[in-house]
Amino acid sequence: MGVAQLANPTRFLSISGKILPWFWVVTAILIAGGLYFAFPGSPPDAEMGEVVRLMYVHPPAAWLAMLCYAAMAVAALGTLIWRHPLADVAQKAAAPIGAAFTFLGLVTGMLWGQPTWGTWWVWDGRLTSFLVLFLMYLGLIAIWMTASDQGRAARIVSILTLVGAVNIPIIHFSVEWWSTLHQPAGVLEGQTDAAFLPPMFLMLGGYTTLFVSLLLTRMRTEILGRRLRTLQMQAAGAGA
Amino acid sequence: MSAFFAIVAQTVTLSFRIGGGALVGLIFFLSVVIVVPFGVGPDLNLLSRIGPAILWIGALLATLLGLDRLFQDDRDDGTLDQLRLSGLPLEAIVLAKAIGHWIATGLPLVVAAPVFSLFLNIDPAGIGAVTLTLLIGTPGLTLIGTIGGALMVALRRGGMLVAVLVLPFTIPILIFGVSADNAVIVGPQPFTPPFLILCALTLFSFVIGPVAGAAAIRASDD
Repeated sequence: MGVAQLANPTRFLSISGKILPWFWVVTAILIAGGLYFAFPGSPPDAEMGEVVRLMYVHPPAAWLAMLCYAAMAVAALGTLIWRHPLADVAQKAAAPIGAAFTFLGLVTGMLWGQPTWGTWWVWDGRLTSFLVLFLMYLGLIAIWMTASDQGRAARIVSILTLVGAVNIPIIHFSVEWWSTLHQPAGVLEGQTDAAFLPPMFLMLGGYTTLFVSLLLTRMRTEILGRRLRTLQMQAAGAGA
Repeated sequence: MSAFFAIVAQTVTLSFRIGGGALVGLIFFLSVVIVVPFGVGPDLNLLSRIGPAILWIGALLATLLGLDRLFQDDRDDGTLDQLRLSGLPLEAIVLAKAIGHWIATGLPLVVAAPVFSLFLNIDPAGIGAVTLTLLIGTPGLTLIGTIGGALMVALRRGGMLVAVLVLPFTIPILIFGVSADNAVIVGPQPFTPPFLILCALTLFSFVIGPVAGAAAIRASDD
């Protein structure tokens, strides 16, 4: 089963309809487990106290914001190079989800910054490039809302998405290039105590499956919505 | 090459004729510079410190003016189709339009910057730095804005949307342009590193602007 065969929207609808409930179940289990370990199941931090529990919502949101953009960039290549019909749908479905995760990342980061850094916001490299990511998501959504022809909108969005992909490595390396306030990622390098890791990884997995579930649901809705529009046009044509 | 320079010259000429709007950008730039002291107060020390930032933001906003019409007028009267039939690659056409647009809108800003600096109490070394960084940076702003102008051909919309789409991509140029100026005026960091990054960003936009702009115009083909 290759990507080319999934290009048939009917086949996509039948396959995604079968696997989607399982994704929701896995999401619920992972997030429920993550919430258990995040509150009664893990200790407060020696320095930060209870505030450390923001670690279970902030990095996963930021990670998903970037993963979603990377997925959109791949779908943009699918639109421009292979004219893959589902790539258009995937891009349109992913943009608001990515914007929501970026918003979550910004808000949880600000809530974390206030007690630990003493300020809601600093203009350091990581925070600024992440805010730019949010602006780019809003710009892409604006194009989807403006263009009347969805196929043309998909090609325009693809070009802008690929140009904006420069920002993803900038966000990733910003903490190393400009070492200001935001700390570098330390989870995979073993700088995080083992007691904090189970809720962290459960939430990371839960967020990721939540993203896949939301994306598939929105893609199915979009395909059905387009079919409905076609049927309405045909009905209007037949009535006239 | 003669076709390339013909497009540059045509874009410049049309911008300066009636209905163009090249000098509107310059007047807008002046207006921004005049309005800010009313907002922050006429404290000359403060103004000399934030002066480069005011000039840069004014130049950025002035550059965005008219971008939505850059290709739309040519599309509406068929000129764009004729240009594409000329045998010149679409990327070269986009680059020529961008250069013409910069000569008509960006270059006047650079020339005016030393004069406007006087309103903001910037010292002579700072005036040199602001003018030099604007000379290097505004082509980058125009070329990135060209992508937005080309996207408007496909979207058949204009106005605020082009500014919303283009502004996030211009932030790096703004950051390094202003930090190079501040290195001269406030110190103590050296001027050269941010200035060289600014040069790199402009060179980068010379590649990405024509390529992405041409792709956007092709995307509008049905």
